[in-house]
Amino acid sequence: MELRFPEYDLGLLAPMLILVITGLVVLLADTFGRRRASGDRSFLAYLSLLGLLLTFYANSRLSGVVAAPFHGLLAIDAVAVFFNYVFLASSMLVVLMSISYGARHSMNVGEYYGLILFSTLGMMLMAAGGDLMTIFLGVEILSLNLYVLAGFLRGQARSNEAAMKYFLLGAFATGFLLYGISFLYGATGTTNLKAMGGFLKAAPAGNVSALLYVGMGLLIVGFGFKVTAVPFHMYTPDVYEGAPTSITAFLSAGPKAAGFAALVRVFSFALEGLHADWWGAFWLIAALTMTLGNILAIVQANIKRMLAYSSIAHAGYVLVALVASGGVGGAQRLGVSSVLFYTLAYTFFNLGAFAVVVAMGRGDRDQVGLADYAGLGYRRPWLALVMALFMVSLAGIPPTAGFVGKFVVFKSALNAGFVWLTIIAVLNSVVAVFYYLRVIVIMYMREPAAEMQAEAAGASFSGSLVIALILAVLGTLDLGLFPSRYLDLALRSVQALLG
Amino acid sequence: MISLQHYLALGAILFAIGVVGVLTRRNAILILMAIELMLNGVNITLIAFARHAGNLTGQIFVLFIITVAAAEAAVGLALVIALFRGRDTLNVDEIHLLKW
Repeated sequence: MELRFPEYDLGLLAPMLILVITGLVVLLADTFGRRRASGDRSFLAYLSLLGLLLTFYANSRLSGVVAAPFHGLLAIDAVAVFFNYVFLASSMLVVLMSISYGARHSMNVGEYYGLILFSTLGMMLMAAGGDLMTIFLGVEILSLNLYVLAGFLRGQARSNEAAMKYFLLGAFATGFLLYGISFLYGATGTTNLKAMGGFLKAAPAGNVSALLYVGMGLLIVGFGFKVTAVPFHMYTPDVYEGAPTSITAFLSAGPKAAGFAALVRVFSFALEGLHADWWGAFWLIAALTMTLGNILAIVQANIKRMLAYSSIAHAGYVLVALVASGGVGGAQRLGVSSVLFYTLAYTFFNLGAFAVVVAMGRGDRDQVGLADYAGLGYRRPWLALVMALFMVSLAGIPPTAGFVGKFVVFKSALNAGFVWLTIIAVLNSVVAVFYYLRVIVIMYMREPAAEMQAEAAGASFSGSLVIALILAVLGTLDLGLFPSRYLDLALRSVQALLG
Repeated sequence: MISLQHYLALGAILFAIGVVGVLTRRNAILILMAIELMLNGVNITLIAFARHAGNLTGQIFVLFIITVAAAEAAVGLALVIALFRGRDTLNVDEIHLLKW
């Protein structure tokens, strides 16, 4: 028997391969490095950063490529490349802010950075999923790593609890996701997204199997969990509060963007022909997600919980763009490109806000009460200034990335004719201004408690954290002041796919 | 004659038993077992559809699901042990440091 190896261009896989190799190298370097006595393990973080930078470079080499290697299992195209930038930016920022946080909580070990690298691989698989099988594997590679990362502070009951809750609900949601996939497969006879889209185009209008609708509903449940859409958001505040702060930051940016990447792949592209059938469900979920997220964020006294609810609300805004990504001509292009732009912008200012929360910590104690921020404007003026910038951006006030992101999302919704949804979204952003500005008010206009004042003198930044903050500030301002470059890139990415 | 519908019904029943188990059981390990039951319901459905569609995609998918379920169980049980060491309980109603 003759064995023939199919010829594949491994260059297409270069970003993923580099990530895997770096992850393994980090794990091994930790094991073998342990023989040496020095306790400092921050070199593992720099090794991971190097790997992420290499991946960034390999990813940039893929711009302009449209390919479906491995019998269409992967879809390497401009949208995947754009999402990869988002994932890499979020992972890099998280690694940078982990160095000092990890040192304080003695969790600077190889597994930590290895898991971050492997979960980045899972996100890339989701964004480059040309087949439901790949997307499922991406979801699982991502989730299994995240469950462990959420419980990384093994000695802390809260961290254990967060991991357990995340795991049980995540696995539960995976069950729904898989059941939905099996129905889509049953209705169309394929799991390949391109073939599925072709099947729907060929099918006579209004005459598709009911299985397809059940499958879509179950998929919405499964993916809704990943992007923390209401009513599948229940785990979010608990997990975000209990997980290590650097991991909370990670959870709120990269994995969510990956969830949206998968949603875009499945709904905006493969099931675009059924837009009339699925937009209603997403309309309702988007409206609920924005409203509930914003209202519950108002009453939080813990900044991690507040940012958790705020991240739920922001998922709602992205869902608005998803609702608008189909139907009338040109809507698909605008809708999907606003999803791309918003996830990129959100990564910078949201991770920036979390980096400030990390910088507030002392020893093995995190300061996460809103009251801890009282008088921060005098105690640590620079930190308060950047926090104010991130809050302004989260609230969507110009000249920041948050404003441009909201603007393009609302524009795409209006363009597709969803006037009421846009009105709900605008009202929501008004509500949101209240709790974001309250943080600024607390920082600048409230007297700190006496023991806090004494602490001010010993305040210090670690270098890597400063770099993370500077990068986040630059990203927020750059996307806010000169958005056209990134908007163009997002539009062209989607255009390349639609041909 | 056992038809496609019979297999789908079996899959649906298994999935439903799993869902009810997750919602009613209070022990973390039993919830984990109920989730595995859901996945097995999915597996039966996929294989039935693969036979019906006449291609192997569904069967290959099942192999992946079984693999992932094994990895999931490993991670899940590790988390259970970590939790049990600190709390001496696996009752999810007593795990409430963080309000749900």
